[in-house]
Amino acid sequence: MDMIQIVGIGLMTTILAVILREQKPQFAFLLVTIVGLFIFLFLLDKIVQIIDLIRQLAQRTELNNIFLETILKIIGIAYIAEFGAQIARDAGEEGIGAKIELAGKVFILVMAIPIISIIVETVLKLLPI
Amino acid sequence: MSFDVSAIFQVAGIGLIMAMIHTILKQAGKEEYAFWAGLVGFVVVLLMVAKMINDLFQEIQRVFLFH
Repeated sequence: MDMIQIVGIGLMTTILAVILREQKPQFAFLLVTIVGLFIFLFLLDKIVQIIDLIRQLAQRTELNNIFLETILKIIGIAYIAEFGAQIARDAGEEGIGAKIELAGKVFILVMAIPIISIIVETVLKLLPI
Repeated sequence: MSFDVSAIFQVAGIGLIMAMIHTILKQAGKEEYAFWAGLVGFVVVLLMVAKMINDLFQEIQRVFLFH
């Protein structure tokens, strides 16, 4: 089972990192980074299935393709930002992690500009002025 | 995506061996060699990690439609 695999890898890495941290902290950091990377790669496979489902649903509703692409890009940005921020936090750099997350939020807002403007236009059309 | 768990053990093993080499060189009184050995080991592992991060980013770009 996949979940057991991930928990097993996580526990094993934790033990190795605890041993390694006393001797060489920088290698412990690289170890933790590699495992985080593995778990993200592993989850990416599952996310592909979810995205396929969302694509099918979008095709049925005949939604504008731009919306779907924007949403996917936003999810991707959130994913990368989370990865980078977690690694920075693991290394004890709380500030860098927070800044990566800030950059992620700003980029997500920039991506959402077309959607927000379309919503505003639609609302304005509905309003009887 | 099949991930090879051996990379985790590889990094941990290199780390432990580096710690050992560091201790031995320090005992032998070669402080600067100990430092440089540690640095080279770190760079080797860092290259491994950088390659893997590149793979992850390529994959994310493929999945989430970045061009």
